[in-house]
Amino acid sequence: MHDQTITQLSAGLATGAFSSEELTRAFLARIDQFNPALNAFITVTADAALAQARAADARRQRGEAGPLTGVPIAHKDIFCTSGVRTSCGSRILDRFIAPYDATVVEKLNAAGVVMLGKTNMDEFAMGSSNETSFYGPVRNPWDLDAVPGGSSGGSAAAVAARLTPGATGTDTGGSIRQPAALCGITGIKPTYGRVSRWGMIAYASSLDQGGPMARTAADCALLLGAMAGFDPRDSTSVDRLVPDYITLLDRPLTGLKIGLPKEYFGEGLEGEVAGVVEDAIAEYRKLGAETVEISLPNSQLAIPAYYVIAPAECSSNLARFDGVRYGHRCENPKDLLDLYTRSRAEGFGAEVTRRILVGTFALSAGYYDAYYLKAQQIRRLISDDFRRAFDQVDVIAGPTSPTVAFNLGEKVDDPITMYLSDIYTIAVNLAGLPGLSLPVGFVGQRPVGLQLIGDYFAEDRLLNVAHCYQQVTDWNQRAPAAFA
Amino acid sequence: MSLGPAEVAKIAHLARLAIRVEEAPAYARNLSAILDLVAQMNAVDTTGVAPMAHPLDMAQRLRVDAVTEPDQRERFQAIAPRTEAGLYLVPKVID
Repeated sequence: MHDQTITQLSAGLATGAFSSEELTRAFLARIDQFNPALNAFITVTADAALAQARAADARRQRGEAGPLTGVPIAHKDIFCTSGVRTSCGSRILDRFIAPYDATVVEKLNAAGVVMLGKTNMDEFAMGSSNETSFYGPVRNPWDLDAVPGGSSGGSAAAVAARLTPGATGTDTGGSIRQPAALCGITGIKPTYGRVSRWGMIAYASSLDQGGPMARTAADCALLLGAMAGFDPRDSTSVDRLVPDYITLLDRPLTGLKIGLPKEYFGEGLEGEVAGVVEDAIAEYRKLGAETVEISLPNSQLAIPAYYVIAPAECSSNLARFDGVRYGHRCENPKDLLDLYTRSRAEGFGAEVTRRILVGTFALSAGYYDAYYLKAQQIRRLISDDFRRAFDQVDVIAGPTSPTVAFNLGEKVDDPITMYLSDIYTIAVNLAGLPGLSLPVGFVGQRPVGLQLIGDYFAEDRLLNVAHCYQQVTDWNQRAPAAFA
Repeated sequence: MSLGPAEVAKIAHLARLAIRVEEAPAYARNLSAILDLVAQMNAVDTTGVAPMAHPLDMAQRLRVDAVTEPDQRERFQAIAPRTEAGLYLVPKVID
């Protein structure tokens, strides 16, 4: 059962080939067996999962099941889950039991999914390798010496290793797409505002967006359909109809115009990765798509602008962790200032501390115009580049990441080098566009991802374009040998 | 832009983070490197470019000024480090 996609599992549940309880037990057994090697889960909620599975089976017997009823998934530990520890990968929330469910969790529960547990992640989603987690790094199932990417590294590794058929993730600068690429799975970051941020612990609020991670675009379509939609509790949620992504998957690609940004194929892109990506693009031409070279001239400014905007917003968002109302509190504070400063210093790791400091500096008196305002102006230029590109093409394609998964420890002491692994994903967040990564091959035994970028609210198009490729190739069916 | 340990200490105070003296030089190095990266923004003239705060350029939605949340004080205080009689306890602020 564990090698089936959500689409296949959904069919198996519907025909009664197996029950949700049997399915859930099978995945819990795999987590028991394989998680020690991967560290993909921070918390496994076995008892609650079995209770949810039995409830899903009962619901099916009453004839009230939907396509996701009884399907096991995992949640990135950034989504609040009522009564279950929600750590965000941080010591400061190590003992935080969320008092409510995030909207995404609530919506997926309403669809009848079974939560297997909470997946490991970079602390507060700040990282590209899952090495900043308080709970230790996650390993890449394709090669245990390699990182899984980040920040949704636990979700990506768990899906790739068949410990769960699907998982939630969040993406502020590439945190769904980059780990999806490095672990050889499919993940989509929707348009900003498409999926509610309520109950999703905030990192950089003008960039954060939740989305699904699974083996195929069809599975992502099923999950996104259940996750997306207007939420009055999120003030930036967009009130717009959620299309039926499944019925839109099979549209032919004849005449589709794919833009290839010349800036995404230049210096910094590893040669073998470029070769794999070019093969995937050739496959699209065979499917009837037309490719056009385009330019996104301000691409090189995305990382500099991001490392002002994201830290500035994080320094403000993370001010709430003060040791007073929830989270870690230091021992024997001598006064209120000591309580704040020591609780926070003990609770946050080095990368989170760095970003809070950068953001605090950028927002401090006298520096606002030079940093935050300037970055917001650059953000406009980057967004305008995409608007012009979408006048010419339907989707944009390129590599998700300039390299395949790097080794554990390789970049952990050098923040700047680490930041560059998100060079092709960050601009998409700044513009607020949807982006998808799908597996298109390997360099050695490490997977390569193709990124597809769409116009605002074109998630249906991205899923369709990825799905058509997955109908004629089998990269998405490959399983890492040790976890097959 | 280059920051030294003294500037890091000042920023850490603004951020309410107790950075140890021996950690300050490493943070100063990291922060200076990040600010050098960020300085690449200055290569572009942005005179007259409207800053973009929201990807969809939407206005903030407002809601009716009405009570919509139930009282969940006990539930929320159950996860607090220290409470007493429905209040959050912190060290004495005023003598």
